[in-house]
Amino acid sequence: MTQTVDERPTPTTAPALEVREGRKSFGAVHALRGVDITVRAGEVTALVGDNGAGKSTMIKCIAGIFPFDSGKVLVNGAPASIHGPGQASAAGIEVVYQDLALCDNLDIVHNMFLGREMKKGLRLNETAMETKAADVLASLSVRTVRSIRQQVASLSGGQRQTVAIARAVLWNSKIVILDEPTAALGVAQTEQVLQLVRRLADAGLAVLLISHNMNDVFEVADSINVLYLGQTAAQVRTSDSTRAEVIELITSGAPSTGEAVQPRRDRPATSTTTNGSRPE
Amino acid sequence: MSTSTLPPASSPSPLAGAVEQPTFGENVQGYLSKIRGGDMGTLPAILAFLILSAVFVVLKPGTFTSFLNIANLFQQGAVVATIGMGLVFVLLLGEIDLSAGFASGVCGAVLAVTLTNKQWPLVAALPAALLTGVGIGLILGLLVAKVGIPSFIATLAAFLAFQGVVLLIIGNGGNISITNKAVLAIENQNIVPWLGWVIAVAALAVYVGLSLRRWRMRRSNGLLVLPLASLAIRLGAVVLLVLALTFVLNQERSLNPSRTSISGIPIVIPIIVVLALGLTFLLDGTAFGRHVYAVGGNAEATRRAGINVARVRVTCFVICSTLAAFAGIFGASRATSVDPNAGGSNVLLYAVGAAVIGGTSLFGGKGRVVDALIGAAVIAVIDNGMGLLGYSAGVKYVVTGAVLVLAAGVDALSRGRLRGAR
Repeated sequence: MTQTVDERPTPTTAPALEVREGRKSFGAVHALRGVDITVRAGEVTALVGDNGAGKSTMIKCIAGIFPFDSGKVLVNGAPASIHGPGQASAAGIEVVYQDLALCDNLDIVHNMFLGREMKKGLRLNETAMETKAADVLASLSVRTVRSIRQQVASLSGGQRQTVAIARAVLWNSKIVILDEPTAALGVAQTEQVLQLVRRLADAGLAVLLISHNMNDVFEVADSINVLYLGQTAAQVRTSDSTRAEVIELITSGAPSTGEAVQPRRDRPATSTTTNGSRPE
Repeated sequence: MSTSTLPPASSPSPLAGAVEQPTFGENVQGYLSKIRGGDMGTLPAILAFLILSAVFVVLKPGTFTSFLNIANLFQQGAVVATIGMGLVFVLLLGEIDLSAGFASGVCGAVLAVTLTNKQWPLVAALPAALLTGVGIGLILGLLVAKVGIPSFIATLAAFLAFQGVVLLIIGNGGNISITNKAVLAIENQNIVPWLGWVIAVAALAVYVGLSLRRWRMRRSNGLLVLPLASLAIRLGAVVLLVLALTFVLNQERSLNPSRTSISGIPIVIPIIVVLALGLTFLLDGTAFGRHVYAVGGNAEATRRAGINVARVRVTCFVICSTLAAFAGIFGASRATSVDPNAGGSNVLLYAVGAAVIGGTSLFGGKGRVVDALIGAAVIAVIDNGMGLLGYSAGVKYVVTGAVLVLAAGVDALSRGRLRGAR
């Protein structure tokens, strides 16, 4: 039923992250019944799906919060066994959770280095941390925060999101997973965060963006992976599909007419295959 | 606008390079707006200290500011300040340790029994008392962090149990006197004045030197620094305060100088200063300290950052009970004996009050070691001043309770303000 990605016509470089036939059950509940995804370096891949489709479960499996029951995870083409958050970090995978996991009472620098502080002997090396944090924020072209020594509590929603993202890219991570980064933001701040997401990809990172918002997805994503009831419905190129097609995939798990998405499967090079489309 | 010293970055880094060093005026403005925003820190405590002192000076002109009484304030406040410093760590987690008062009693009793009854040498009895504190903290910490009992209940149970332990060690109605000269000296002897001056000046020189060095290093690295004027005011205030206190404490304060001469800094003060500096370094300078704040701010985020939250919690309870052990030793020294009520009555609430009045939040994540010292000064002034005015213990308790509620109210309201601001 599912096609593997190996059938891609011209495999140039291995994708940064690939999941094949990922399955996960909680007791009798089959949360994931075969998910496939390909996340390429330098691209934003959106993961969409209705509530309960398994998006959160999937990223938690990738992040090592709980591992897949079966299936393969490939990082840069090599099989990776990820059984804990530490192994995910070691593989270059960082997750920015929806609640951001920031400590309001710490400043930006300390939040970015939380748990991985730089030290000089016993003492914290504040100078080195502050310089590096400033460099990372600058490399993301973040200029909206006045002082990186202000408490996170004093930041706006968009700025907090920025800090959480900056923390994720601080560690030479290769794959950044963003869980609904714009869900709680206003229009202007959403725009800022989306631009930041785009810059991450342009800087060569592989970005996996979980979102409910079709506007956001079509604005930044290069590729869209649709989950439907715990299965991957399709992964399509944004440029090749329309909003209506994607929404149809989300709601019914199958393309509306059967011709909009499917025929493009064998497009060369630029196109990612339609993985695991459900039998028609 | 931008500083002359850019970091030697290969890529231009606008944020690091374009640090706008705030001017003195901006710094003052920033401080004022922070206070208006609800983040008052130690300011209310310092104001309360000044106002209360002024009131007592006016009402009891000769006595309150007498040299004897000022030294007395320190010796009275030592136990509360020490327990308070330990409580800051537990409060930072958002927890509470109600047993810290009687934990100090247990440790004091262990000291008294080993020194007096068992005739242990001091080098064995002191570690025994301190290790008792470590053990108590370990048990409390494990109950809270591993078993998952709310700290309020776990330490309330311990409060009752330790009260019983002190009774069992000392015996009902009993009293073990302390005769060891070194222990008695802590609260009852003073440093000879010339040595006091040497220590004070040397400590200040190191403090000012280190502060200026760090300031220069940060500035040359292109990082945000305080304006020089603000730094100078801060350093100047500390220098003045320390020199003034040294001067006052070095005055003759014996009521009958021809018979006995009393002058010099009480030995307990440098001990507390060393403890405070060590704990401040732990909290401000080390990764562990960051993790304590992080757990108090957002325990789940701390866990996801790969930090062992349970270990941080247990360590904080150990620190708190160990400081209580120090307080037990000070208390035994001051009373020259240990009785079944050691560490009881108002000691614990005064210590919690000291930390909270000083600006440590009961909700966790906010507070400093020095808060306990400033808060303890406020409580000592109330206790001492009202005693001098002849008020009964009942009135003193009511007033101290009111001050504690006031401080907790300020804490709760400012927290609401900070939240509302977002």
